[in-house]
Amino acid sequence: MARKTRKITDLPGFRGFTWLFFAYLYAPLVLLVVFSFNATRSGTVWSGFSLTWYAKIAADSQIQRAALNSLTVAICATAIATVVATAAALAMKRGVPFFGRKVTGGLIMTPLVVPEIVTAVATLLLFSAIGLSLGLGNIILAHVAFCIPFAYLPIRARLERMDESIELAARDLYATPWQTLRTVTLPLLAPGIVSGALLALITSIDDFIITMMVAEPGATTLPLYIYGMLRLGVSPEINAISTILLGVSVGVVTLSHLLTRRR
Amino acid sequence: MPQAVEIIDVVKKYGSFTALHNVSLDIRPNEFFTLLGPSGCGKTTLLRIIAGFEDITAGTLKLFGTDITALPPDRRPINTVFQHYSLFPHMTVAENVAFGLRRLKMPAADITRRVAEMLEMIKLSSHAGRRPHQLSGGQQQRVALARALAPRPKVLLLDEPLSALDLKLRQAMRMELKTLQQQTGVTFIFVTHDQEEALAMSDRIAVMSEGRVQQIDAPQVIYEHPATRFVADFIGDANFLTASVEGLEDGRAHCGLPGGYRLIARDAGAARPGQSVSLFLRPEKLSVHDTPVEEGIGMTVRTIVYQGDATDYLVELDGGVMLRSRCENRINGDPILTAGERGFLRIAPDAAKTLLD
Repeated sequence: MARKTRKITDLPGFRGFTWLFFAYLYAPLVLLVVFSFNATRSGTVWSGFSLTWYAKIAADSQIQRAALNSLTVAICATAIATVVATAAALAMKRGVPFFGRKVTGGLIMTPLVVPEIVTAVATLLLFSAIGLSLGLGNIILAHVAFCIPFAYLPIRARLERMDESIELAARDLYATPWQTLRTVTLPLLAPGIVSGALLALITSIDDFIITMMVAEPGATTLPLYIYGMLRLGVSPEINAISTILLGVSVGVVTLSHLLTRRR
Repeated sequence: MPQAVEIIDVVKKYGSFTALHNVSLDIRPNEFFTLLGPSGCGKTTLLRIIAGFEDITAGTLKLFGTDITALPPDRRPINTVFQHYSLFPHMTVAENVAFGLRRLKMPAADITRRVAEMLEMIKLSSHAGRRPHQLSGGQQQRVALARALAPRPKVLLLDEPLSALDLKLRQAMRMELKTLQQQTGVTFIFVTHDQEEALAMSDRIAVMSEGRVQQIDAPQVIYEHPATRFVADFIGDANFLTASVEGLEDGRAHCGLPGGYRLIARDAGAARPGQSVSLFLRPEKLSVHDTPVEEGIGMTVRTIVYQGDATDYLVELDGGVMLRSRCENRINGDPILTAGERGFLRIAPDAAKTLLD
């Protein structure tokens, strides 16, 4: 007597539940995007397609300054974090084994699990204790710290899949350790490095809690600016900025994913 | 003329595990030398030590008389063909072959000429612009060879380079490698666990086991005169018997077997009168006959295994000793005797040899 194995997809209501689940995940985003193109200020009644709100934010110099700040912070933090993460991954996977290497590997990841509000408060306390006041520099320093693990993960994953004997072959063929790094290791690691950098970039652009704690007056990033606008009430401009941020995030994450998959 | 490579009392320890115990061996210039042994015997460790990928716990390494123990791999004029080729995936075939020459700062025109010459040699000139992943396994193998030989190393190391190829290609590559070694005159050190490969290509073979060298000799000597039981067992097929030594005379041991048989075995000092000793006999030195032959021993056939070019017989002597005999199928594949039939076993003179355990 063969008993028919039941698959979860055979359960009654599975299809409906799945649709409900995705609606739950994406309905808010869909609404946000749809109403960013609404012709009137209403966030509930659709009255025709229009790019008014996009034109409005394009003309708003404060939004532009906030966006520029966000980009500056993200690019600087990403550059520093990616260099550090690459060096860390190489030290962990290719360096001479040292005492406490496993623990160090874990410590690099801790920013991923420490509650962000804790990191934010701690960073704020440290910065005010030492009297650090570098404008955007404060934000960049804070962002580098939490960008490192995001950059580190894909780089390390790539390095783990790389056959070490290819690097040995370079050493065997008269390349010094430095030449081996430059001509073989880094070119082969490049997809991982780019993927890590993109993840760090997106994490930095999105960040709100830490940025809010350490930002000095005038050093306003896009998420801080959106939050500020919300306090004056919901407006379609917010929908438009958020839609652009969403588009950038999805684009960058997709790119990062494609690069990670490439052999 | 100094030896190509001298390995003097080399010890390699990983923590408390000793991978190599005081290994000493000399590899001669222009020699096709093979390190043969089962996995974990230390042959690959020894190869990596010669390449410079592993440092050593104790001992000295010399290359044509020069001490290279402390030199990093990029300063040793030794190149390696890796087991999985390890070609640079982001470079073309030509760039792969040119890599070592560039690092040696050879003038660009010379590099171009040398690369063309090497690609010609491996018959892949038309593939110069391809990437490694666009080549077949056999082609990648040849690129790896060209890349390693291009800088004209003094010694070429080959780490089981044929193990990833299929049987036909492997057999063809054996001949190619041997020819290449003779043409280039480079000393080859070849690592393998495949005894057929070792016998077919080598000038000399070092058989290794558990971090020690068991025997270093020409293939025929390794096969016909194994020094230890390990070598006799690892190389080829063998019958092992325990016999009692009745007397010694001119390098021959007179041995008694269960059932009252007497056998004269070659002896290089393993036998002590009055004690027992291990004997080994190659199956192809034993022949089965259906009619009485000179010095034939009565026996019963127990099992027959047809092997194509030969047929294996497991026979039982009157007295219980079991032996395997291999008879070539010269005329046709019909068995001389069938299982359960009685017949005669002839042991070729000097077939038996005493062994150190």
